[in-house]
Amino acid sequence: MSIEIATTTCDLLVVGAGPAGLAAATEAAALGLSTVLIDEQPAPGGQIYRAISSTPVQNRAILGEDYWHGLSLLEPFARSGARHLPAATVWSVNTLDAQPGTEGDGDGDTDTDGRAAGFEVAYSVAHPGQDPQAALLHCRHIILATGAQERPFPIPGWTLPGVITAGAAQILLKTSGVVPEGRTVLAGGGPLLYLLAYQYLNAGVKLEAILETTDSAQWRKALPHAWGFLRSPYLGKGLKLLRAVRKAVPIVSGVTALEAIAGAGGQVAELRYQAAGQRHSMAIDQLLLHQGVVPNTNLSRAIGAEHVWNERQDCWEPMVDAWGATSMPHVSIAGDGAGIAGAVAAEHRGRIAAVHAAAALGRIGKATRDGKAASHQAALARATRGREFFEVLYRPLPQFRRPVGDTIVCRCEEATAEQVRHAARIGCQGPNQLKAFLRCGMGPCQGRLCGLTVTELIADEQQRHPRDVGYYRLRFPTKPVTLGEIATLPQTQASRDAVVRFKK
Amino acid sequence: MFRRIDAAVLQATDRKVRVTVDGTALECREGDSVAAALFAAGVLACRDTAVSGAARGPYCMMGICYDCLVRIDGRPNQQACMARVRDGMTVERQHGAREVAA
Repeated sequence: MSIEIATTTCDLLVVGAGPAGLAAATEAAALGLSTVLIDEQPAPGGQIYRAISSTPVQNRAILGEDYWHGLSLLEPFARSGARHLPAATVWSVNTLDAQPGTEGDGDGDTDTDGRAAGFEVAYSVAHPGQDPQAALLHCRHIILATGAQERPFPIPGWTLPGVITAGAAQILLKTSGVVPEGRTVLAGGGPLLYLLAYQYLNAGVKLEAILETTDSAQWRKALPHAWGFLRSPYLGKGLKLLRAVRKAVPIVSGVTALEAIAGAGGQVAELRYQAAGQRHSMAIDQLLLHQGVVPNTNLSRAIGAEHVWNERQDCWEPMVDAWGATSMPHVSIAGDGAGIAGAVAAEHRGRIAAVHAAAALGRIGKATRDGKAASHQAALARATRGREFFEVLYRPLPQFRRPVGDTIVCRCEEATAEQVRHAARIGCQGPNQLKAFLRCGMGPCQGRLCGLTVTELIADEQQRHPRDVGYYRLRFPTKPVTLGEIATLPQTQASRDAVVRFKK
Repeated sequence: MFRRIDAAVLQATDRKVRVTVDGTALECREGDSVAAALFAAGVLACRDTAVSGAARGPYCMMGICYDCLVRIDGRPNQQACMARVRDGMTVERQHGAREVAA
């Protein structure tokens, strides 16, 4: 019924074609590793450089030079010899056992550390108008460059049609030149919120208001970190952008509560908020929410890498060393997926991870590795200077991370904050047992939109540290797949024997 | 509501693609995701949830929230933000949970 795709074999698999993935694949291919880059989107760029090769917004002033910098990654990648598998989703990674005679890609190289023979990766390729086709890939090292996602922003009404994330709105602008019309409000905090406002100004889009959830206390807390920021490359650009936005858009600071209300048509029609102790209400047509980004950890968790709680950013991130290596041998992470540091840093982290992969696979020695990494390590240090200032300044307020009452926490299963809190009060041990109570985290998003909130709510109710509460146990498939899709996987005698072995 | 920014700043070489959304013909730009085409056409809600039947629409636009699930050419549970428009494509609102056929 379908064409069986032969299993691909390579040295290195890179997952994700944002700045980290593109740089990693390009660098690794240059070092002689046979490299495959798998990415969900039809064209490279990731979310930060989304649609960089196809955006209809060709007036470069609108999206800005930082966006167009993404073009510089494309040609070197295209010429690198790395193979690009677009519109493909990785949904399973398993360790291959070393078996005499079946190991390796036949090119005679040997693994220096003598560990597992590599990985078997299952992925699905989307074909327009057809069911996705699953395929396998064998590789010896993996660099995850799966980037960031926006932090959940659970306010009352965040599930209403017409309420989308600022990142989603920016993707609409980049991919299709689609922008909001009518009464549009941006709410929350973080650099992306102001960048989007600036891009909208450049595109002639009118904004009703920006509601800042950052308060004056946070400015005071952030000030001790200002020295790094003053020497950072963000300063000049950031100030120019903020000035332009503040001049053109009414800004409400110190917003302490937000609530989106549906109109007669069922979509968002009113925004209620509280600032300086006063309640306000305004009629709106759409609400764009943002309170920072957090690492996308579903794949790194399912692979089994250790994760730690980042105190300053209130999120989980994989435990990685300076090379991006995780607790799992031959699994590295580069870019924001290893901890938020931004797009420029991601590029350098990608190259550092690639050099490390070449060394881990025995292609280059440690001295060569260190030599090749030095300039990227220096550039990485420059690119991350001043980030503490942002992190402290834009740390989301507790009430926007730890909701109460009827506010939906798990969008898929429609579990509310009070349901989660109640379960925690009556003794629910943690996020995994919560699944049995509420099905929280068991919908198609697999906890991506509720996981952080659930950890924090249980921590809040039980007066425990989020680190001790933990997170959902994530398993493959990391994205929903159909049985039909799995059935398209190539079958071997061993895989048939595995299911018929009890038959006579 | 959403709209496309002024044609002057859009590429002149736009190729048009025609799809049907719940029976209504819709002209979109080649390269649009189904979700972007819905936004541009003023459609904010594209499904009713399986749990409570509440209306939902695209939220993240990057394939992680699964709130933009629609039926595309008769196939349910397709992410509108990940699928691209094609000439002749049929997009339908997804109503709640799938029912057992009588």
